[in-house]
Amino acid sequence: MTSPGAPADVARAVIEITGVTKVYSMGTNKVFALRGVDLTVRAGELLCIMGSSGSGKSTLMNVLGCLDVPTSGHYVLDGIAVDGLDRNALADLRNQKLGFVFQGFNLLARTSAVENVELPLLYDREHRWSDPRKLAVEALGRVGLGDRLDHQPSELSGGQQQRVAIARALVTKPTILLADEPTGNLDSHMTVEVMALFQDLNAQGITIVIVSHEPDVAKYAKRVVEVRDGKIIHDDPVTERHSAAEDLLALGKVDPVVVTDATPVAVGAA
Amino acid sequence: MKQRTLLKLAWQSILKNKMRTLLTMLGIVIGVGAVIVMVAVGNGAQSQIAASITSLGTNLIVVSPGSSAQGGVSQGAGTFNRLTTADAVQLKLDGTMLSAVSPVIQTRAVVIGPAGNWRTSINGVSPDYFTIRDWSVTSGDIFDDTDVKAARKIALLGATVAKNLFPGVDAVGAQIQIGHVPFIVSAVLAVKGQNSTGADQDDVILMPYTTAQNRLSGNVRLGQILVSTFSPGDIPAAQAEITDIMRNVHKLGDSPDDFTVRNQTEIAAAATATTSVMSGLLAAIASISLVVGGIGIMNIMLVSVTERTREIGIRMAIGARGSDVLTQFLVESVVMSILGGIGGLIAGYAGSLLLAHFTGWSTAVPASAVLIAVGFSAGVGVFFGYYPARKAAALNPIEALRYE
Repeated sequence: MTSPGAPADVARAVIEITGVTKVYSMGTNKVFALRGVDLTVRAGELLCIMGSSGSGKSTLMNVLGCLDVPTSGHYVLDGIAVDGLDRNALADLRNQKLGFVFQGFNLLARTSAVENVELPLLYDREHRWSDPRKLAVEALGRVGLGDRLDHQPSELSGGQQQRVAIARALVTKPTILLADEPTGNLDSHMTVEVMALFQDLNAQGITIVIVSHEPDVAKYAKRVVEVRDGKIIHDDPVTERHSAAEDLLALGKVDPVVVTDATPVAVGAA
Repeated sequence: MKQRTLLKLAWQSILKNKMRTLLTMLGIVIGVGAVIVMVAVGNGAQSQIAASITSLGTNLIVVSPGSSAQGGVSQGAGTFNRLTTADAVQLKLDGTMLSAVSPVIQTRAVVIGPAGNWRTSINGVSPDYFTIRDWSVTSGDIFDDTDVKAARKIALLGATVAKNLFPGVDAVGAQIQIGHVPFIVSAVLAVKGQNSTGADQDDVILMPYTTAQNRLSGNVRLGQILVSTFSPGDIPAAQAEITDIMRNVHKLGDSPDDFTVRNQTEIAAAATATTSVMSGLLAAIASISLVVGGIGIMNIMLVSVTERTREIGIRMAIGARGSDVLTQFLVESVVMSILGGIGGLIAGYAGSLLLAHFTGWSTAVPASAVLIAVGFSAGVGVFFGYYPARKAAALNPIEALRYE
């Protein structure tokens, strides 16, 4: 099974789903959110799952993110069969293998950036991380927010909040980073900024799956999968791939870190 | 998740909602405070009663006349009085555990002094009486055995009697008339105060029992014999010894006792039983407010779970198990209620001091109150925090994340 956008056949499959369906029962009605989806994501990919509202892409995202279990079909995440795992095992998988980025940022309010980022490390049951605070500071540095450690979400711009969320997703060194409409709440400039960060992280070898309905986002991916009515209807590599960093330059800004420095921010705690 | 991290998370969340936390804690503060004040009042009443019972005498044993039966109907205590001064003398001679023995002859008479007259109790006693009852004089002297032998007509006035017969002057050496007999006042007794039933112990005249018998009552029977032991531990054995001696003196053979021997503890027990019922009742009423405080915590935790549904979703998405969420909420409610308990402890202590200051009641916060307060409030936190925490832990992460 080869995927059109995979960098090479030797790349390991980190996500492998076959024949996945998801049926919701609404009284006597049955709603088919997914009707048999096969998808393989290999290490190093930057995949964008496209689809309009109601296409089933969010359900697919929830299944990939171990937040929801499929009605039927198989899911292997990084060599682990996810089917039939209980709530606790799924929680542990999310903690160890996955990093989430959401549309609404989903940071804890009134909690500093660094505390938000170290949170997943605190839930690690195997105590793999000896110094959560140090790792959280490193992750924030990686997304260009090394100087915003003690800022609370309300003191950060939307783009900065999303970068804190990305740092939180990265801090556990996950196998795969899942982003659900990561730019949905951002203006076009911040969208490019965040996409530049994703491209940069992907270039460093991180596998990323983005769910979006915006074609603007898809053009920065390496491979685009389109979902409609619970099925994958297209699965193509991106031929004319844009570089978000170049687009940013075209927009007149040098790089994301400088952008954040220029953004007026209510400086609370230093 | 480590314990320290859990506590830190709970503390952060408590700090994020200072006002709400304070108001919630107030319920527990009031509950624990009320329980402590009530326990302190009850405790204070009990120790006051214990003190007034001790004022009856130290290591006291009371021998009273027994009861008689006529045709199978008991006539009640004192109806069959065979107590004599000879019994007292024999107890003093034979008793090995008895430090002091005094017969008590009780009568009442009108006393005439220079400033008027006064009807009061007359007690004829031996010099041991002052040891037994730990009673001293403010002026004059206690009489001794020679005064008893000579049946001297001397009287020791209780503080109340002295105040009424000799207002503002020292009575010692003055002459008074008891019944128709002239007496010399030999001493004025120290103030003893009220006894546990509220009777004035200072409204009394003491004199040698021989004098009382010969000059006033004419009755050879004693009202009671008071006995003191060397130590409180001797009391049970001393009671047995007294019974033995008394049965011998009265040559009872197989007949039942014609006297009763009671100790102070038995007297105290009856009085204490009443107050412990009362303080139990007060504490029970106060603990209702503790329950109300607990319901307040449950209410706030339920609101908090709803309000923080999204936060719970986030935590679950990044790998928190249901048990992690459960523990977090439980720790929060326990930390909150323990803080409330500590606040209640301080409030209760201050409240009982204030109460004592303004009402004059004696209050005593028992040392165990600290444990009770903290233990109870932690229990309230767990009990009332469990349901909301359980509800939080059972949330579906997808729905929780979508919650607006």
